[in-house]
Amino acid sequence: MVDVAFQSSRTAAAQAGRRRVGLRNALRRKSMSAFLMTLPLILLIAILVIYPAIYSLHLATLNKAMTKFVGFGNFEFLFKRDTFWLVVKQSCIFAISAVIFKALIGFIVAHFVHNVPANKQRKWRGMLLVPWVIPPAMSTLAWLWLFDPSYSAFNYTLSFFGLGPIPWTGDAMWARFSVILVNVWYGAPFFMIMYLAALKSVPEQLYEAAAIDGANWWQRIWYVTLPMMRNIIAITTLFSLIVTFANFDIVRILTAGGPLDHTHIFATWAFRVGIEGSDIPLGASVSLFMVPILAIAAIFILRDITKRGNES
Amino acid sequence: MSRKKLSRREFVAATALSSAALITAPYVRGAYAAGKLSMGFWDHWVPGANSASTELVNEWAAKEKVEVQLDYITSQGNKNIVTIAAEAQAKSGHDIFQMPTWWPQSNAELLEPVNDIMEPLIKLNGEVNGTVKYLGQADGKWLGVPASVGSQIKGPCSRIDLMKKYANIDVQEMYPAGSPPKADNWTLDTFLKAAEACHKAGFPFGIGLGETSDSVDTAGAIFQSFGAQLVDAKGNLTVKTDAVRTALDYYKKLLAFLPPDVAAWDDASNNKWLVAGKGAMIMNPPSAWAVAKRDAPQVAEQCWTHGFPAGPKGRFAPYLPFFWSIWSFSKNKEAAKSLLSFLSQPASIEKMVVASGGYDLPAYEKLTTLKVWEEQGPPKGTLYHYPNPYKHQTLSIAASPAPPKVAQQIYFQATLTKMCLRYYQGESMEKTLAWAEGECEGFMRS
Repeated sequence: MVDVAFQSSRTAAAQAGRRRVGLRNALRRKSMSAFLMTLPLILLIAILVIYPAIYSLHLATLNKAMTKFVGFGNFEFLFKRDTFWLVVKQSCIFAISAVIFKALIGFIVAHFVHNVPANKQRKWRGMLLVPWVIPPAMSTLAWLWLFDPSYSAFNYTLSFFGLGPIPWTGDAMWARFSVILVNVWYGAPFFMIMYLAALKSVPEQLYEAAAIDGANWWQRIWYVTLPMMRNIIAITTLFSLIVTFANFDIVRILTAGGPLDHTHIFATWAFRVGIEGSDIPLGASVSLFMVPILAIAAIFILRDITKRGNES
Repeated sequence: MSRKKLSRREFVAATALSSAALITAPYVRGAYAAGKLSMGFWDHWVPGANSASTELVNEWAAKEKVEVQLDYITSQGNKNIVTIAAEAQAKSGHDIFQMPTWWPQSNAELLEPVNDIMEPLIKLNGEVNGTVKYLGQADGKWLGVPASVGSQIKGPCSRIDLMKKYANIDVQEMYPAGSPPKADNWTLDTFLKAAEACHKAGFPFGIGLGETSDSVDTAGAIFQSFGAQLVDAKGNLTVKTDAVRTALDYYKKLLAFLPPDVAAWDDASNNKWLVAGKGAMIMNPPSAWAVAKRDAPQVAEQCWTHGFPAGPKGRFAPYLPFFWSIWSFSKNKEAAKSLLSFLSQPASIEKMVVASGGYDLPAYEKLTTLKVWEEQGPPKGTLYHYPNPYKHQTLSIAASPAPPKVAQQIYFQATLTKMCLRYYQGESMEKTLAWAEGECEGFMRS
């Protein structure tokens, strides 16, 4: 009996010891500790991103009074509305043209900054980042005053040259131009800083080799700089496309979607329909319509990056 | 030092005794014996106006022994309506929420009926106007108590000097302080002629044609003056009617005499127009005049707030009421009703109206002749006709009498101003009407 009792307590102690060792080993494993360290962030994302996303999917399947499941009924309704297709068209024009100009300006400015002597670069980088670090809701208010229909500072300046007044926010074409301009002003510094980082990582030897081969300025950009920056360009474009498609504050403050709905984009129209018009399910459907468009863009861009990664 | 050890038996006995004592103890009325109450009130833009509401709430709370939490929620950036949507989704939040115009109707299923307090209040303060009933009642159920705070009429605010000089209209004579209006000739035709004269003189009327509330409200009143409705009270489409055509034709003529950039105007543009001394008239509550009093006193002393011009179907003025509503998920409905009843007593209403400098308008007919409107100036009496004391105009809201949930869409999608702009920019009448009909069909989804 004594032996048996002794045996059993020894077994339990050994098991506890094994468990402790197992836990210690598990914690020692890099993947486990990495998981535990990222767990708070994962939980935060689950609460702030995944739950709202699922909830908005649920909302998009309800009727206006939110009492009945209607499946894809809200989307069917939207597809029959002219204003919805106008919003789709405008969102594409807004996002694509703004991203192209942001990328172009960012690329050019990054080259200028890259060529500035190293000791003066920090000052230039800081100054050029200013539009990006000011909250857009605030900076857009300043733009609103510059574009003010009756007291525009731009029109005041143009009047000295016998030009204008330009209906910056009162005419459909000019209003589109204005919202894209402000978005480009706000977003170009992000491209600039990303491209600058990419430019700095291009090995100098490649340029030297190109110079020995007699490559001119354009050929160095085309055959050395651009191929070396392709992944950064693709990732930056994708990221900016997502953010620009989902833009709200610039359009809301500058034109509120007018005139005649000609500057509405998904987020501003979703707000108009869902919050101001008290049709939350339809508003949720409008904002969810962005998802497939962005998903297709993401698939193409990321596939391209992976393909290049495999090739190299 | 010896420490007595507590045995298990002694611990159980002590716990049982304490629990019994707590349960059987007499109920002591504490400072907040009647529970808690939270309120989300609209953050007034008249400086100091919130303090009157705070004082009244605190006075009531001290008397009723209720612990109160009062939040002032701004309408800047639509924060108040975003909060309403969030609380409605979460079914949790404040007990009382001050809701603007359409929101009691759009949240009707989530609001506590307040007929039991509205009936005595109407007996005490007089009947409420038709727009308050239209926006505040659903199937005979009162969805909220009309709040004087924030409620406003957006009638004309004219420049006395410019109207006299260029349009040959004496607005003070037409709407004399202290006596009934003599405005039989103040019609939409006269208004159009005055708009043309002031435009020629370089002081055009500042009437917006954008997508925000001020622009929509003016268009709504003018459409109603012609009897033009896009959707009738029964929910039938009435876009393609002669009345709508006439209203559009009128607006086309009027637009030619307005500033060229009105399509881009928001709710601040008309205020700036008046304060900068650029126009002879705007359609606004007295907030623009109040700003002028501070920033441009020479403009303020020439301002006169008065009634709307009459059309073939009557004289309509845009009226936007607020409501204090109680969420059905409130945990202290009785206290909420008691507070709303207290805030709607004549003395409370007068205190709030005075604190707002006459900006706030009570919905009740016996409370439209308070002294504050007589006394405000300069010029003295400038606000006398602001609360419609002689009921010579029908207080209405754009897109009514369509069923409120449809009308809210017409209102916020600015269908009326978009129609006027489309037609003015050269689209054919029938095409504009077809577009509006399509929009309204969409607004009827349930």
